Amino acid sequence: MITLKLDGREVRAKKGQTILEVATENGIRIPTLCYLEGLSPKGTCRVCMVEIANRNGKLVPACVTPVEEGLEVITRSERLTRLRRTIVEMLFLERNHICAFCVSNGHCELQDLAVELGMDHVTFPYRYPGLAMDLSHDDFGLDHNRCVVCGRCVRACSEVEGAFTWGFTGRGIDTAVATDLGIPWGLSETCTSCGKCVQACPTGALFERGMATAAQVKSPEIIREVTERRPRVF
Amino acid sequence: MERVKRIPVTRIEGHGLITIKLGADGEVEEARFHVTEVRGFEHFCRGRTVWEMPGITARVCGICPVSHLLCSAKAGDAILAAKVPEAAHKLRRLMNLGQIIQSHALSFFHLSGADLFLGWDEDPRIRNVFGLMERYPELARDGIALRAFGQRVIELLGGRRIHPAWAVPGGVEYPLDEERREEIKEGLPGARRIIERTISLFEENLPRWREEIETFGDFPSLFMSLVAEDGTWEHYAGTIRFVDAEGKVIADRLDPARYFEFIAEAVEPWSFLKFPYYREYGYPEGIYRVGPLARLNTCERMGTPLADEVLSRFRSLSGGKAATSSFLYHYARLIEILGCIERIERLIDDPDLLSPRVRADAGVNELEGVGVHEAPRGTLFHHYRVDEDGMIQWANLIISTGHNNMAMNRTVQQIAARYLRGGDLSEGLLNRLEGGIRAYDPCLSCSVHAAGRMPLVVKLIGPDGTVIRERSLR
Repeated sequence: MITLKLDGREVRAKKGQTILEVATENGIRIPTLCYLEGLSPKGTCRVCMVEIANRNGKLVPACVTPVEEGLEVITRSERLTRLRRTIVEMLFLERNHICAFCVSNGHCELQDLAVELGMDHVTFPYRYPGLAMDLSHDDFGLDHNRCVVCGRCVRACSEVEGAFTWGFTGRGIDTAVATDLGIPWGLSETCTSCGKCVQACPTGALFERGMATAAQVKSPEIIREVTERRPRVF
Repeated sequence: MERVKRIPVTRIEGHGLITIKLGADGEVEEARFHVTEVRGFEHFCRGRTVWEMPGITARVCGICPVSHLLCSAKAGDAILAAKVPEAAHKLRRLMNLGQIIQSHALSFFHLSGADLFLGWDEDPRIRNVFGLMERYPELARDGIALRAFGQRVIELLGGRRIHPAWAVPGGVEYPLDEERREEIKEGLPGARRIIERTISLFEENLPRWREEIETFGDFPSLFMSLVAEDGTWEHYAGTIRFVDAEGKVIADRLDPARYFEFIAEAVEPWSFLKFPYYREYGYPEGIYRVGPLARLNTCERMGTPLADEVLSRFRSLSGGKAATSSFLYHYARLIEILGCIERIERLIDDPDLLSPRVRADAGVNELEGVGVHEAPRGTLFHHYRVDEDGMIQWANLIISTGHNNMAMNRTVQQIAARYLRGGDLSEGLLNRLEGGIRAYDPCLSCSVHAAGRMPLVVKLIGPDGTVIRERSLR
């Protein structure tokens, strides 16, 4: 067992656990976005950033940082809220997130984060990129305008469904999710139409076709349920 | 010397400008009503899905989001080309009746009540809804209660009063339940008492407004609206009918989806709002009006007993011909509120309202669809073209206020000619100019699908083109 401090409180943890896991076990909420229980953590969105007090306040993503003996972790501070808020703000202004008529309005993790972190306006100009939708699939739709490139769909598709339909294309700010090397989703031969990507998606970027404003309610917890019930082969 | 006059007009939805140009003799040469906003909904809807369109276009307006919502859902119905369950049609009708009640109540009591009952020459600091509350607290209370009833109908059906996203292509998201139905029912008797006493009050005062009736846009024009199969007043389905100033039907049973065959739109460089006209008569002879006044002129009956009684009194004013004064929009609005309440009374016990089958699920079966219905301010058209996946390629919205554009211009001209003397923009003139426009209850933000909220400005322009005076009213 390892002993560490979370917000000044001494807690015990198993070797190999991440800071996020230990915090969750101890009832401390750290906001997350790209993290989803049941998928491998990637630490790409940086929303779960915490401070390590005894390493000069070093910032580390809680979802991928393993606990160490004697760590003094701060999960809540003005600085962290400011940084997290700025990250969420960047996500909002990078693409076109128009909550008013989004299918996920009221059921969106990005929207919830903005509320939680007090991001009620942007301080940088919006980019307004001209992004397309892909409605070629019979059951589902993709709207790049609402995508935060968290990669949850990509991981759900490869790690849970094993279809490897979803991947990334482009680099840097131009990174986008893509199906089968960039062909329209409806033409994909690898997609099994299982819908796990849609359930894993935290925003309205992936949705069920025919959904109207605020009608898309998702169940991302099914990813954990599926993986928990699955017998471990290796 | 300062040569132009601007007067902003308030208590309308949106932002506009009136200019009055004087001739060399100091008399009115020309008066125009300009709409000075642009929004571009038709452009930025492109690339979105047809299922999102009700939610997107509802945002055109905060007063009549329901109108756009329902019209867009109907255009979507045409694209799905599936049979929409009867229950969904009835529920949408119910919401539209609530919408007409709340919007008309807002126009009559909150926006125009002060002009009508405090008088055109009253101090503008008093001539507003607060002044009305002080002088006629019961009237103001009635207005608020009646509007609240209409909004509550919308809220009970769609989950919220403003911008509900409940109607969708193929039907509605969810049905009504017993509890919410009862609440609507409970509100009906109170709403009916309010509108009955308001109609009495209006009719008692009618003789006082003889001058306004003659000058607030009293001119011959065509009138257009939807009417039911048997010629009864209609707000949700039916076909298009045009009548002329004599009350004669000049075109009937026109397929609303082929609106472009009988309506054309002219463009003037001085306004962002287009000028629709009846195609066969050309521009500007094809001037027509829409909205409450038009609907009462085109229909043969309201179809409900009390409203039909009042309609016959309304018709006796014009001796069997069409009512041609835009001042009578106010009267028409009250009659429509009464008719809507009676219709809700009739509809509310229909077992279909509680049916769980309220949405037809279908893919894209047609690449083009037109939705038409009667918004509070008049006939509303949504016309979409989509690709095979249901993404909007092109959209055209013809908004109720837009149809009245020519009529509003003519009204401004008539009032200016009657009340402007010697280049003096008196309070009385300005108030009446405002009141003339307000009779149409125009929604300028809607009509150009425009953003922002600004007052109406009036400009007085001398013969040499310079601005003499410019004013905005409070």
